[in-house]
Amino acid sequence: MAEASLAAGHSAAEHATTTGLNHRKVLMWAFLGSECLFFGSLISTYVVYRDHSLVGPFPQDTFDIPYTSVSSFVLLMSSLTMVLALAAIQRANVKEMRVWLAATALLGTVFVGGQVYEFTDFVRHGLTLSTNLFGTTFFVLTGFHGAHVTIGVILLTSLFLNSLRGKIKKEDSLTVELAGLYWHFVDVVWVVIFTVVYLLPY
Amino acid sequence: MATAEHAIPMSHPAPRSYNGIWSWIFTVDHKKIGVLYGVTAVVFFLIGGIEALLIRSQLMVPNGQVVSPEAYNELFTMHGTTMIFLALMPLSVAFFNIVVPLQIGARDVAFPRLNAFSYWVFLFGGILLNSSFLFGGAPNAGWFGYANLTELPFNHATHGIDFWVLGLQILGVASMAGAFNFLVTIVNARAPGMTFMRMPLFTWMTLVTSFLLIFAFPVLTVGLIELMFDRLFGTNFFNPVAGAEPLLWQHLFWLFGHPEVYILILPAMGIVSDVLPTFSRKPLFGYPVVAYSGVAIGFMAWGVWAHHMFTAGLGPVADSVFSMTTMLIAVPTGIKIFNWMATLWGGAINFKTPLLFALGFIAMFTIGGLSGVMLAAPPADWLENDTYFVVAHLHYVLFGGTIFGLFAGIYYWFPKVSGRMMDETFGQIHFWLMLVGFNLTFGGMHVLGMDGMPRRIYTYPTGMGWDFWNFVATIGAFTIAASTLVFLYNFFSSVRYGKLAGDDPWDGRTLEWSIPSPPPHYNFAEIPVVHARDPFWVQKYGGEGHGHRQMAPVPIAGGAHDTENGHAEHAHLNIPMPNESFYPLIAAAGLALALGGLLVGLPPGQVPDFPPSWVSVVGVLTLFVGAYGWALEPAMDE
Amino acid sequence: MQTDVVETTQARAKPHGHPSAAEYVKVAVVLAVITGAEVAVYYQESLHAVMVPILLILSAFKFSLVALFFMHLKFDNRLFAVFFSGPLALAFAVLIALLTLFHRVLFGV
Repeated sequence: MAEASLAAGHSAAEHATTTGLNHRKVLMWAFLGSECLFFGSLISTYVVYRDHSLVGPFPQDTFDIPYTSVSSFVLLMSSLTMVLALAAIQRANVKEMRVWLAATALLGTVFVGGQVYEFTDFVRHGLTLSTNLFGTTFFVLTGFHGAHVTIGVILLTSLFLNSLRGKIKKEDSLTVELAGLYWHFVDVVWVVIFTVVYLLPY
Repeated sequence: MATAEHAIPMSHPAPRSYNGIWSWIFTVDHKKIGVLYGVTAVVFFLIGGIEALLIRSQLMVPNGQVVSPEAYNELFTMHGTTMIFLALMPLSVAFFNIVVPLQIGARDVAFPRLNAFSYWVFLFGGILLNSSFLFGGAPNAGWFGYANLTELPFNHATHGIDFWVLGLQILGVASMAGAFNFLVTIVNARAPGMTFMRMPLFTWMTLVTSFLLIFAFPVLTVGLIELMFDRLFGTNFFNPVAGAEPLLWQHLFWLFGHPEVYILILPAMGIVSDVLPTFSRKPLFGYPVVAYSGVAIGFMAWGVWAHHMFTAGLGPVADSVFSMTTMLIAVPTGIKIFNWMATLWGGAINFKTPLLFALGFIAMFTIGGLSGVMLAAPPADWLENDTYFVVAHLHYVLFGGTIFGLFAGIYYWFPKVSGRMMDETFGQIHFWLMLVGFNLTFGGMHVLGMDGMPRRIYTYPTGMGWDFWNFVATIGAFTIAASTLVFLYNFFSSVRYGKLAGDDPWDGRTLEWSIPSPPPHYNFAEIPVVHARDPFWVQKYGGEGHGHRQMAPVPIAGGAHDTENGHAEHAHLNIPMPNESFYPLIAAAGLALALGGLLVGLPPGQVPDFPPSWVSVVGVLTLFVGAYGWALEPAMDE
Repeated sequence: MQTDVVETTQARAKPHGHPSAAEYVKVAVVLAVITGAEVAVYYQESLHAVMVPILLILSAFKFSLVALFFMHLKFDNRLFAVFFSGPLALAFAVLIALLTLFHRVLFGV
């Protein structure tokens, strides 16, 4: 058991667990599993109601695909910067990690900002939470996704600030890894939303 | 020989230590948290019981005048909601907390502060939900809150439904936090040598239940969010005027709701699976089959939800599919029952109260299962649904099943937690009185349902043929109440004056009986190394012991026989344990304030302002303070 | 001493290969290209009949790339993949079930 721990490259201070895996990492994956059901239910609601709006605006009249493509690209690239941040701390390069963490948080903020702009634009064109089923399901689904991204940005910013105070070292790469898992998951949900909500023809 | 390894986070070696009530409020010790859960759950059980007595008083005779129709709706809604979410589930969690770490040879759960957090969130959620009685009216649309009866056009006189929606979301957080904790603990914190196939069945069922919890509650949460948004923010999720389908609520709710009933029964089945071998002095018959049946039930639980919707007009294809899956799930359930009976067969039966309740479970749950199969056939269900036949079924499985199983657990593990025995005579009185009262109450409801009495009616006229069994049911309900008083008296007097139990009063089979009663703070002086199923029994008697001593008992390090001479030795042990913490409590309070605050100063039916009331704002800030403090608290190593 | 102890579900961690920074960038480039392809397909009227399966396959591929490489599932203990793919499959099954149950053609308007 000790051998497996060391082979996995964790610090000696970590005590043995039954599987040799870290408690918090197991927790994070279990949590992401449950989030699949959360977003799955919201997406299911959207899909079930896609044709049911009795009045407009309808999706095809509302979406600006080029615009959303750009913001999707931004979020995808933020996953790259996130994994580069992790790679940096695993090489004990705290400064480089900080750069990539900041980049990730920045890209995430750009994404959320882009969503806010997109939403206000939709509202100006007459689509609100209560207008019809499209407004209801769209804003609630993407709103909760955006809230998850925002929490991620807060998390990354906290990590960044903590690293400035010298609190993140190579041994703490797990914390960055866990933040990364959450961040990638939020990105992957958007991959689904972009296709299922914006691109799929109904 | 195992070294003093730690399967839980270590803290600084110099713990702050609180005394008296503060040691309970800031505790992160699974044993204390388990007791908190248990006591709180029993209090809510009594509240739910009083609600039941009021219902039964109203229905005792035709044209009852005890409560108004509106109050009646609140009573059956709160009775169901309270019993399920505030009594049965937390009581199961109490056992997860107290027993599972001991059974797997751990010093605590994987995340002690998360454990404390889930308790406080549960308590605050339960208080918020019940505070609805004081703030205009309790929820009144059933524990399943069907849209669009719960939507504003039909339910705007009070905030009851809003309390329900918010309260359940808060309770969902508590349930999930606990489930994540036990999942990681069981997967990752077992003592060396404790493979999955050597775990006690109660721990197995806890594992399956934890998976069900973390996957089912998000679906309920989404349904509740959608209903909440409809009521508070004017969305259209269940608004037919906008083209929505209220049926979607039913799907989302029962996608949660059916796994939920397995969440309710599996822990009790786990208790029975541990109690029967101990009191038959035989190993559990077909251990792998019983374990895998539990897992199978966990998987199949996802495929049967629409059997709650046979009368909703889904059509013959959907009805047939769900009917088949429902009948199929009876198979692993039945398998367990046969294995339990085979466990008893040929055993040296010890008719103590835990066993009596376990036997009661088997009998009553089987009856409930049989009425369940009757409900699984749509043509029959079309006559039985929404009648008292279903009320009979659900109480036979949830009361005759879960509650009897939980009482078995209470009598079984009370000595371990308190160090004293409950009185056996009063235990027997409790059991027989409760068994009689229970069957009086719910047995006749099968007939009432067959005779056409609908559910959720606040009264009935005479001449329907319903008078007799309603009267009998009310007598039964008060009999149950009397038996509960017997239990409470036994419980409290045993805590103070019960006979000293010693470490192993039942000649147990599993690791929790190998340590003192009550266990020391650190549970095991040395983490045991496990070589077999029923490890303590094997340690005592060797091989697949059938209760005949083959050798002198071999001391387990840190175990029962060690303590007579070893207690003094172990007293000096300085095993680091997690510090107490107040951040979980702060975070829990923040969450409750943030959500509950949405309703402050808000007339029903009105959209909250943004920003919401100052209570919510304070709540969110408190939550952040709690979360940050928790995250930054000194060294929690894994 | 340890021989006594039957192995529990011990982590059979695969050899701890971290992709290099260059490899991560390559994955990101592929993701960007696929996103572009998705948008291009969206605008192709001629592909309308097969657009749904194409888009779903493309997005599933992106999903897998992020999960396997960025979330490191390809290199980590299989337990994590099980913890994630189980509920993912369940969520997908829920979606299909609800779609079927609410399908107007199947069940009449």
